[in-house]
Amino acid sequence: QEVTVEVLDHLERLALVDFRDAEGVERLQKAIGFADQLHEVNTDGVEPMDSVLEDRCLYLREDDVTEGNCTNELLKNAREKVEEYFVAPPGNIPLPKLEERETFLQGS
Amino acid sequence: LAPWVPVVGLEIHAQISSNSKLFSGSQVQFAAPPNSLVSFFDASLPGTLPVLNRRCVEAAVMTGLALNCSINKKSLFDRKHYFYADLPAGYQITQQRVPIAVNGSLSYSLCIDNKMSQMVTKTVRIKQIQLEQDSGKSLHDDTRSQTLVDLNRAGVGLMEVVMEPDMCCGEEAAAAVRELQLILQTLGSSQAVMAEGQLRVDANVSVHHPGEPYGVRTEVKNINSIRFLAKAVDYEIQRQIEELEKGGTILNETRAFDSKLGCTVTMRDKEGKQDYRFMPEPNLPPLILYDTKSLPANLNHQQVVNIDCIHERLPDLPSVKRAKLVERYGILPEHSFTLLNEDGLTEFFETVVKETRMKPKKVIGWILNDLLSYLKQHSLTVKESPVSSFLLADLLNLLEKKEISSTAAKQVLAELWKGEGKTPLEIVKEKKLELIQDQNELEHICQAVIDGQENEVIMMVLG
Repeated sequence: QEVTVEVLDHLERLALVDFRDAEGVERLQKAIGFADQLHEVNTDGVEPMDSVLEDRCLYLREDDVTEGNCTNELLKNAREKVEEYFVAPPGNIPLPKLEERETFLQGS
Repeated sequence: LAPWVPVVGLEIHAQISSNSKLFSGSQVQFAAPPNSLVSFFDASLPGTLPVLNRRCVEAAVMTGLALNCSINKKSLFDRKHYFYADLPAGYQITQQRVPIAVNGSLSYSLCIDNKMSQMVTKTVRIKQIQLEQDSGKSLHDDTRSQTLVDLNRAGVGLMEVVMEPDMCCGEEAAAAVRELQLILQTLGSSQAVMAEGQLRVDANVSVHHPGEPYGVRTEVKNINSIRFLAKAVDYEIQRQIEELEKGGTILNETRAFDSKLGCTVTMRDKEGKQDYRFMPEPNLPPLILYDTKSLPANLNHQQVVNIDCIHERLPDLPSVKRAKLVERYGILPEHSFTLLNEDGLTEFFETVVKETRMKPKKVIGWILNDLLSYLKQHSLTVKESPVSSFLLADLLNLLEKKEISSTAAKQVLAELWKGEGKTPLEIVKEKKLELIQDQNELEHICQAVIDGQENEVIMMVLG
């Protein structure tokens, strides 16, 4: 089952990954094939496991203030700042539509 | 024209009242210097991990119990992915698959035709309550075409309460939210002050003809008060009806309420249907809650949340408080609603009752008609009242002892509002409002009046 251009475009938009070229897409295809091997296992009557931590205890913390107050350290990572605020563009800049951006996916 | 049935559901986010955040130890506080209440985890720096705050779990369990929910002894955390500048991790930790509480109900009351004497009780089903993180705050600077981001709020614990679409208009939605607000404040699980963003409501609205399937729904956001909630819902219902009657269609979209214009508008920033790519939160095992039966012997009690213990410690909910007031003081149900609706009014009323011999049924009239209307006229809260409960009790005692008339009492009250520090007795003496009790004196006065009006007296005697 091949991964369609629509799915690739959707993924690029959602996760902001760039499959870059045919080799990138093929690597994705191979990764899916590798994971598909899971289907060979018979899981009838087995509860799905979604975490290897499932039988661990979830540690509960007391409601005390123990962190924070490190504005300067945090802002050191900011390329741009205004009076202790991080600066971001005015809104999400969506990926241009498939037809409008320079991606090898167009040719597919 | 076939009738329209409006359908309204609500998604309510209540900020949990706690010292520190849901998954980190930074402080929860409303106004603070930007980015001062932010830990490395809140800023999503690599290498940081979530650690669940026990107080937040207890708050959610309390709220679930108060709303008659089943508490899930095992609930799970998930990641909900989307990009926004105030969500540094690129995902929100929430409970999408198995939330902490499900299948509850909330009863609320409405006045029919705005008459307080005719109240009707309605119920709305609670679909679920889930624990999740709040995002940071974005301040839009349109002049410089940029957004300023403050992460102080990022990671604060939220309880999302989902109400099923059992409501049919703005008034019902407002009443349900008001009752939820009172419950949360009584429990202390959230201070639920809408103006400070501690209670945020999104409404889901659709209309359909009876017997037909539900119509396309829109989501309405940016509602900043309970009053605006009613307006926004009613506007959206009307808008949808008008659109459909014109032959148009309703888009499944998110709209923002514009309080200045009193209407809802399309939110242009939403790009189509979002794919949140939900996945289990890999860093958190399932949350296990216990009750007295299932309590394990060897577990550190600090690590245990016992649902039965929390149940036992639940305070009287608003509905119970109202019933007790009605039973104890013989006041009407609608009076108890007003008492609970104003912060501090119940305490005020009970203090006056304690300090005076006047029957509670009479005191309530002075509280609701005189005191409350004055406070409303001057936009004062009960705490800001220039007339204290003791002062009012003094005044009512004078009235009870028949030392003054009811009319005089109202005059004294008018003076007391000035807050000049005079006692009721002082005002009575000053304005000579005492009722004359002496029989002889009264006879003298009456006789003097009769003597002075001989002609009128003759006319009266002749009929």
